[in-house]
Amino acid sequence: MPTAEQLKERIEAGIPGSRAEVETADEVHFSARVVAGAFSGLSRVQQHQLVYGLFAPGELGGAIHALSLKTETP
Amino acid sequence: MSDNPLRDAIAEAIDQNDVILFMKGTPEQPMCGFSARTVAALQATGAPFAAVDILPDPRIRQELSALSNWPTIPQLFVHGELVGGADIVGELYETGELAQILGVEPPADAPAEAPAEAAPAGAPPLQIDNRLG
Repeated sequence: MPTAEQLKERIEAGIPGSRAEVETADEVHFSARVVAGAFSGLSRVQQHQLVYGLFAPGELGGAIHALSLKTETP
Repeated sequence: MSDNPLRDAIAEAIDQNDVILFMKGTPEQPMCGFSARTVAALQATGAPFAAVDILPDPRIRQELSALSNWPTIPQLFVHGELVGGADIVGELYETGELAQILGVEPPADAPAEAPAEAAPAGAPPLQIDNRLG
């Protein structure tokens, strides 16, 4: 079961130069705000896909029931 | 012929419906808060949309996610393109962009005459709740 801190580290490590704020009330539903230069020029869908790509197939919707995302460029 | 009829059926549904939402449950009875929020945003724009409940068969979700490279449900497609999940649809609704993307003017306009398309012959392999009528 990941913690909010672990998800934050994972996102920041997976998308170099990004900053992530991750919150969870129950360690199953998470919400994350991710700011990354790597998002520039990408559509919202592509930005979210970049973050989703850091997770194993089935992990989102599985151990992590939900990850609500808000992506921004710096 | 393809060796993956389910994936073909999903691709066809995306192709044949201008606006199609893959969700948990139905618009009348969403089975997940994220699906419920997305349906509410769509309904608020007044745009007609088709909906597919992915719950009856877990393979629908598997194949859909493989096709769209999007791991979670709901997923909204407009004119064959993935617009996003609950978060993006929510953002687009708040900024007013959703109505534009869906091709409906924000409420001011008189309700456009929606030509009731005849349902395609033969029962579709996916249970599509066709709300284009």
